Amino acid sequence: MSISNITPAALADPRDLGGPRQPLLRVQHLQKHFPLKRKGLALRGPRPAVRAVDDVSFDIRKGETLGVVGESGCGKSTTARLLMQLIQQDRGELVFDGQTVGSRALPLREFRRQTQMVFQDSYSSLNPRMTIEDSVAFGPTVHGVSARVALNRAHDLLARVGLDPARFAGRYPHELSGGQRQRVNIARALALEPRLVILDEAVSALDKSVEAQVLNLLEDLKRDFGLTYLFISHDLHVVRYVSDRVLVMYLGQVVEVGPAEQVFDAPRHPYTRALLQSMPSTDPLQRTTEAPLSGDPPNPIDPPAGCRFHTRCAFAQPVCGRQMPAFVEPAPGHGVACLRWQPESGYEPTPDFPAMPAPTPAVPLALGTLPDIFPEAHHG
Amino acid sequence: MSAVLNPPILTKPVQRSRSHGANVLRRLVRNPVAMTAAAVIALLVLVAILAPWIMPADPFATSMFKRLRPIGTPGFPLGTDELGRDMLSRLMLGGRLSLFMGIAPVLMAFVIGGGIGILAGYAGGRVNTVVMRCIDVLYAFPSVLLAIALSGALGAGITNALISLTVVFVPQIARIAESVTTQVRRSDYVDAARASGAPAFTIVRRHVLGNVVGPIFVYSTSLISVSMILASGLSFLGLGVKPPQPEWGLMLNTLRTAIYSQPWIAALPGALIFVTSVSFNMLADGLRSAMEVKS
Repeated sequence: MSISNITPAALADPRDLGGPRQPLLRVQHLQKHFPLKRKGLALRGPRPAVRAVDDVSFDIRKGETLGVVGESGCGKSTTARLLMQLIQQDRGELVFDGQTVGSRALPLREFRRQTQMVFQDSYSSLNPRMTIEDSVAFGPTVHGVSARVALNRAHDLLARVGLDPARFAGRYPHELSGGQRQRVNIARALALEPRLVILDEAVSALDKSVEAQVLNLLEDLKRDFGLTYLFISHDLHVVRYVSDRVLVMYLGQVVEVGPAEQVFDAPRHPYTRALLQSMPSTDPLQRTTEAPLSGDPPNPIDPPAGCRFHTRCAFAQPVCGRQMPAFVEPAPGHGVACLRWQPESGYEPTPDFPAMPAPTPAVPLALGTLPDIFPEAHHG
Repeated sequence: MSAVLNPPILTKPVQRSRSHGANVLRRLVRNPVAMTAAAVIALLVLVAILAPWIMPADPFATSMFKRLRPIGTPGFPLGTDELGRDMLSRLMLGGRLSLFMGIAPVLMAFVIGGGIGILAGYAGGRVNTVVMRCIDVLYAFPSVLLAIALSGALGAGITNALISLTVVFVPQIARIAESVTTQVRRSDYVDAARASGAPAFTIVRRHVLGNVVGPIFVYSTSLISVSMILASGLSFLGLGVKPPQPEWGLMLNTLRTAIYSQPWIAALPGALIFVTSVSFNMLADGLRSAMEVKS
């Protein structure tokens, strides 16, 4: 990301401490294991645990949108909840604009004012017994804003996210559509004037036309309020559309991180590659007929030794099952955790990935020579 | 940022939707069964409150010559009891204690048990485990046995009966409160409130209470009939109200000797207990269905 990507509002923010080059949030060696009950009489030995997030480190730069992708259960949402400090990490720390979260310089309460989250389920994230305006105004009142000022701010924000306050402020969540509710959730997140907004599958549950509206709204808000987004989604198309940089997670670990166009056009990690190949194309001639990844991800309770992806990797060599890959940067700003890119790892050098199938140029179709677009349509 | 946020742009007044409470009340009013039950309860409560002024005779005046007069005797519309006291007056005055013993312990248990349950449910983890296991110890006793044992240990009397009935209902209400609160606590809107930096007490007050009080209240209303019957049972056993104070359960006890000579009179207090408890149950059912509708 170049400096020019940083919005003027972000530069003008008086709360900015370290300047534009200092990451807004530095995530260092974050780890969260969810302990399980021991089985039977096994009283000794380490207690089994779901390794939801295992030694995750990354930076969120000021003013950027960092997309996070990965399969279900790879630890995306746990990471989001850890960043929001809704759950306590076992290990690791968060450094927000140079200040450790939870330290005297930046107590948790102050951090939460600067970081907000929008949840996936627009309905369950709004209190059904509270009017829209009360839900939006709740956060500011917690931080000592008077009720009247908080309500005015709520009305402003509702107007800002495209909901007429006169019509919607006094309503209850069940009287709104999914898209409208998600707008309310965005307004609530912005009510505390945060700098970082975590969007945990915030548009995934919306239908496509509404999703596009909300994405455009998010884009506008980011510009106007000088926000930084952490955009978690399983929808690769959307992530590509909104992200400046992309982070790929697999089984609780970061496998690749880099500028969006580089990660999408020239992925370095075999998992990223497989994930991208699973993206459905909008061109019916380019339909994916075989799943590029077979099987489910391994059990996060007992992840494979070495590289966690080697059990499903098309490029795996024996060394991959023994050695845990380190995070390396073959190109500046584009990091990957794969032995292929790690010098002297013992991985036999092989030719690079077969090139991703290039999009076939649109051939002008003569009438009568239409290719078999829907072969399964021939019923006999 | 303040440059973006302009002064309020409300040109029209905010349209307000009906609150949840108003919706529940509207649906309840439209339910004929619940409204009949409510009317019966209202009548019983009214009569009980006004009893000292409207009762036709002195409910304590005994007469050896007017014992067990049948229903319809001039001067005694509902007959007399085994000591010649006017049944109608005694039933009216007895309603005071019976209704009080039905409602008061449940109300106290609603506050105490609800508080314990919400605390345990919101705290979660170890606190929840410790509190709820203690509650389970009480819950393990059959409620009739527990009430009798406690009343027996504390001694007869209205206050002691009240205490023992409250203790019987606290674990039941606490359990409901705990399970409802646990559900609410896991919801995203509580997480969102935590993410705003709100302290736990504020979250419970603004976000949890409004969503759990309804179900706890409905469950509690269904306990009123149980409480009345248990209280009558205690009086019947001589552990609650003491004679000559009229109370429906106690009257049922003292009149049981007359069951062969004047069965209708002996059945009167029982019929009132029945009608009252059924009415409370039907009102609770109506309240539940009025709340369950997801609108």
